[in-house]
Amino acid sequence: MTTDATLAEICIAACADTYLDSGEILAHAVGVIPTLGARLAKLTSAPDIVLTDGEAFLLSGPPTPGLADASAPAVEGWAPFRRIFDILATGRRQSMMGASQLDAFGNQNISLIGDWDRPTRQLIGVRGAPGNTANHRVDYWISRHSARIFVESVDMVSGVGNDRARQASLQFHHLGVIVTNLAVFDYDTAGRVKVRSIHPGVDPQSVVDATGFAIDVAGSPETRRPDAEELRLIRDVLDPRGSRSREVAD
Amino acid sequence: MSDKRSSIEEAVASLESGMTIGIGGWGSRRKPMALVREMLRRDDLTDLTVVAFGGPDVGLLAAAGRIRRLVYGFVSLDSIPLDPLFTRAREQGLLEIEEYDEGMFVTGLRAAAARLDFLPIRAGLGSDVLPANPHLRTVRSPYSDAEYVAMPALPLDVALVHMNRADQSGNAQFLGPDPYFDDLFAMAAQRTIVSAEQVVPTEDLLSEGSFHTLLFSRMYVSTVVEAPRGAHFTTCEPDYGRDEAFQRHYATSAKDPDAWQLFDRTFLQTDEAGYHRAVAQFHAPEGDA
Repeated sequence: MTTDATLAEICIAACADTYLDSGEILAHAVGVIPTLGARLAKLTSAPDIVLTDGEAFLLSGPPTPGLADASAPAVEGWAPFRRIFDILATGRRQSMMGASQLDAFGNQNISLIGDWDRPTRQLIGVRGAPGNTANHRVDYWISRHSARIFVESVDMVSGVGNDRARQASLQFHHLGVIVTNLAVFDYDTAGRVKVRSIHPGVDPQSVVDATGFAIDVAGSPETRRPDAEELRLIRDVLDPRGSRSREVAD
Repeated sequence: MSDKRSSIEEAVASLESGMTIGIGGWGSRRKPMALVREMLRRDDLTDLTVVAFGGPDVGLLAAAGRIRRLVYGFVSLDSIPLDPLFTRAREQGLLEIEEYDEGMFVTGLRAAAARLDFLPIRAGLGSDVLPANPHLRTVRSPYSDAEYVAMPALPLDVALVHMNRADQSGNAQFLGPDPYFDDLFAMAAQRTIVSAEQVVPTEDLLSEGSFHTLLFSRMYVSTVVEAPRGAHFTTCEPDYGRDEAFQRHYATSAKDPDAWQLFDRTFLQTDEAGYHRAVAQFHAPEGDA
């Protein structure tokens, strides 16, 4: 087994790190890499987090398709959609969501592109993003970092950014990090997006070029590489069929 | 207990233009598609306000020009993220839109069910859901300085839901993993039409699921329609899963006007039995037709 982590594997470890201080919360993850990140965290640094099957059940552990003789994880709870809204209102949840647009204060849009009255592209709708960002920690995952996604201002604020949250006095607002296929970002004291680390092998200038608002990459550290045990879990236990490389190519 | 069974034609004949109609299910899951298909056959039924976690129900009714106003948390086909019929209608500016956060939407149903004007909720504050819905107000807590969204009630004239089982008087049962919000739709409505995979004797309701699966009572139900495979092509677990091949055919056809005409002629310009025959034909191996 090589110890050279792929970009996808580095992203999975960065997603797993979002749960380091989470405690006993429901991990909600949208996308292949964030899902693998939550499952990796469950097996390593954050054993108390609660996983779902993506439908109506809470699972005692992650599905392990790489272990042919492993039994399926036990159902430890029932969480149909109605209970999800109850759980998030208590704050015992943490989400990693995607974004069609994301601005310099972490305002996220998944609703539409263009004008409200007559959008050029209708997307999925705000879904649960306003409620998630008003109630518990939210991180974002962007599989194809580009200036079309990282924009100066979003067309419809779905997930609430730091500037809007301060104006609205949102007591439980907590944006964590943004993990992309190029870098990891967090927020400065003014609530603006700043680089936390750039993935190994990624040219810092390419991060600047792919971000539609000003970003300072000077002196950015490298994103940590997953260790040998994490790589073994990702490759042999959690994702033996390599679905991660379909979301972030090797 | 009265026998509320009705034919699908009679049940849908009771709907009127201009009504506010709630449709249960979630995305492309346990949608009362047989009732929706019958609504499409009623050419005179227009000007509707539809309230839903939308799936192909919303796409089909929007494309047929039946919806004046759409109140929704999202519209999705689940395994296919967007419904092309809905997105096109929306992008052409054909619909009045109230788009809510999912939790706000549920809170609106809860308020209506409790016969309240509104219920407070934190979701929505700071987001563009408020400016996009200028009728929304916030409310100051009488106990602190906190401010919440005053989510207005979403009262319904009629709710349409599809269940796994019901008895003839309208006691309704779900057997799948998720009840969605069908009981809330029923409680928020003046009357509810339940379509069910099977109408069974009351004493048989517990033969397939525990008492926890009895989702809501006949108190809320005015009409019961037996509609086997009535959620097709959406899910109706555990009776059947989503017909993914057919859903792909729906979504692909919806993107092309000529293909859509053919889809419409084949699957919609017919009665419910004709629809299911055409679906069987669609799945028949080549040369077998």
